[in-house]
Amino acid sequence: MSQVLTIDGKDLAFDSGDTLFDVAQAQGIYIPHLCHHPDYPPQGNCKLCTVDVDGQSKCACTTQAETGMSVQTDSTTLTEYRRALTELLFSEGNHHCPGCERSGNCQLQATAYAQGMTYSSFKLLNPQRQIDASHPSVLLDRDRCILCGLCVRASAQEGKHIFTIAGRGSDSTLAVNSDSGLLADTNLSAEDRATQVCPVGALMVKQQGFRIPIGQRIYDQGTIDDLGNRRPQYHSPKSKTARIAGDSDD
Amino acid sequence: MTESTTDSRSLTRVAIDPLTRVEGHGKVTLLLDENQVVQQARLHIVEFRGFERFIQGRPYWELPMVVQRLCGICPVSHHLAAGKAIDMLVGAEQLPPTAEKTRRLLHFAQVLQSHALHFFHLSSPDLLFGFSSKASERNIVGLLEKHPETALKGVKLRKFGQQLIETITGKRVHGSLVVPGGINKALKPAEINVYAKQMDEIIQWSTEALELAQGLYQADRKHADFGAIGSPTLSLCGNNGNFELYHGDLRVKDIDGTILLDHISNRDYLAHIEEEVKSWSYMKFPFLKRLGKDRGWYRVGPLARVLNCQQMDTPLAERARLELVNQCYPDQHQSVLLYHWARMIELLHCAESIQQVLKDSELTGGELVAPHGDRNPECYGIIEAPRGTLIHHYKVNDQDLVEEANLIVSTTSNNQAMNEAIRSVCRQYIDGHGVSEGLLNHIEVAVRAFDPCLSCATHALGKMPLSVEILSVAGHETQVLERTSQGEIQQRFYPC
Repeated sequence: MSQVLTIDGKDLAFDSGDTLFDVAQAQGIYIPHLCHHPDYPPQGNCKLCTVDVDGQSKCACTTQAETGMSVQTDSTTLTEYRRALTELLFSEGNHHCPGCERSGNCQLQATAYAQGMTYSSFKLLNPQRQIDASHPSVLLDRDRCILCGLCVRASAQEGKHIFTIAGRGSDSTLAVNSDSGLLADTNLSAEDRATQVCPVGALMVKQQGFRIPIGQRIYDQGTIDDLGNRRPQYHSPKSKTARIAGDSDD
Repeated sequence: MTESTTDSRSLTRVAIDPLTRVEGHGKVTLLLDENQVVQQARLHIVEFRGFERFIQGRPYWELPMVVQRLCGICPVSHHLAAGKAIDMLVGAEQLPPTAEKTRRLLHFAQVLQSHALHFFHLSSPDLLFGFSSKASERNIVGLLEKHPETALKGVKLRKFGQQLIETITGKRVHGSLVVPGGINKALKPAEINVYAKQMDEIIQWSTEALELAQGLYQADRKHADFGAIGSPTLSLCGNNGNFELYHGDLRVKDIDGTILLDHISNRDYLAHIEEEVKSWSYMKFPFLKRLGKDRGWYRVGPLARVLNCQQMDTPLAERARLELVNQCYPDQHQSVLLYHWARMIELLHCAESIQQVLKDSELTGGELVAPHGDRNPECYGIIEAPRGTLIHHYKVNDQDLVEEANLIVSTTSNNQAMNEAIRSVCRQYIDGHGVSEGLLNHIEVAVRAFDPCLSCATHALGKMPLSVEILSVAGHETQVLERTSQGEIQQRFYPC
């Protein structure tokens, strides 16, 4: 028997095991997020999907729906929280949109625009993490990684287990499971979901940058609130064109 | 006068600080003796920008997008120069016709809009109102009031160029077109038509702009001596010696117009050009190895290009070129103000060329990217930017990351020439007369003739804060002449 909770004033039915994110998504209610993808188990890493549940802040992607819950997904306070979280992500990495090939197709950039972020009020840490260009087809720029963990989960689901999050706290970094620690010594391919699922410009198929003209990029067409979390699909470094249809979380 | 004097102990130092370079700062220092004769004049570039360093370690396909941020006025030139270098890197220098023609069209639009900005917005107020006229009216706003028809056509010419850039690259400034071996988008026939039908008017306005520049130069006989300097001239030329902005080989003409070097390919530029570092400027001093440090400095830019080529392949510009060449030779020294005349010849050439390219059926519908061939880890892209020859040189490792970069921008090539022009102005206007507001602007007029980025910042609608300080030998201020951000001139004296 279906159960009922309230999201943004609407009574919504749900099934046992559904998360708040699942219930909202089924009803077409967009909740900002970067680390969640419906194909993978939720982890609550980015906290952008924080919603108000009976006066408490909770992650929509990891909170199980319960009968009688009253959930608010959007408010001035929640927007301020999300903007601050987005600013923290920008300050923690090197997200220089003007020179980044993911600009216009980047979920972090689109989220920043949607949250009304115009600058980061936090000190920029300007990290200098190791860039891994050893793989013939894939580039890993750790300074752009937001530690969402999507590539870790996607690679595990593909049975390759190539990525992991190493270190703790501010020393956390995306590590590669190979003897050398380099992508060249893994069986990763450009077509793997682990490569393609990156929401930012951290894991990129080589030699594909800027092939999608300005005006035809995903978030040239609308905001992330309207279009959802989408990403371009690249095939191999030798392909002449990139497609922007394809994978969407929504 | 020399660039440096052997004994500066008894001289008075005058500093014009800031003069501003490419989105950065510069200053001019003069050393005056007790008779108010300038013994030393230097243009110092005092800001370090470091693009060559921070693109190291980045993937090569980022280059056209990152290095174009060097400049807000001519980013297209950096975008295309880096693009040409990475074409060479991936072994795809022979682009499909649609890709090459789109890139050339973009470059013509860029040079047209930059030249219009430089002449109408930044330099024509000096020529129309006089070098020593009030700063409050010697600007584009004053121009709109006193010469509205002229100013408006200048604004519209620039707008046309910028709109065409936006249509091709997606943005008026810092857009995207280049990918290794080609482009990411071709124009649609409907987009081409929008611009094609404006071309008769654009060519007419460009013709009028040329008449204005030529007329203003010829209206005052003193202009022929203003900042007059003589040096070899360097530019790209086509294989047949034709005028070329996008791709060709380097040619150098000597001071008397004879060809000194010719058919120098991109990859051989280092065999002929060396850069000297001086302790008082962050900008290097390039020179031709064959002539040595003292005589090997050279000029680039509109005047150098127009003088170097055999002919221009558009009829109206070619006719104008012949007239200018006759004006320049056999004299071995040319006024810096001739740059404006040459600049407007190029503006007209760009307008005529845009009309030709827009009629070309290959501009749309063909392949956008050439097949990649043998890789060249050391790659070069040389282009004629609005202000002169622009050299991009990269080394890329086998993991696709940039290891080394060397960029010789046109302002750098003109470094010594700008210093020489300042000295020439000092000899004419300062020696024996002392420092005045007129001096301040005369120096700026000379620098402005070379470099619109510098002009932009120093001009700033006549409101760029600027100060000339006269120091005693002991280093104490004796006199300060300041232009405030409101455009007012204030003078203060201090007892020694």
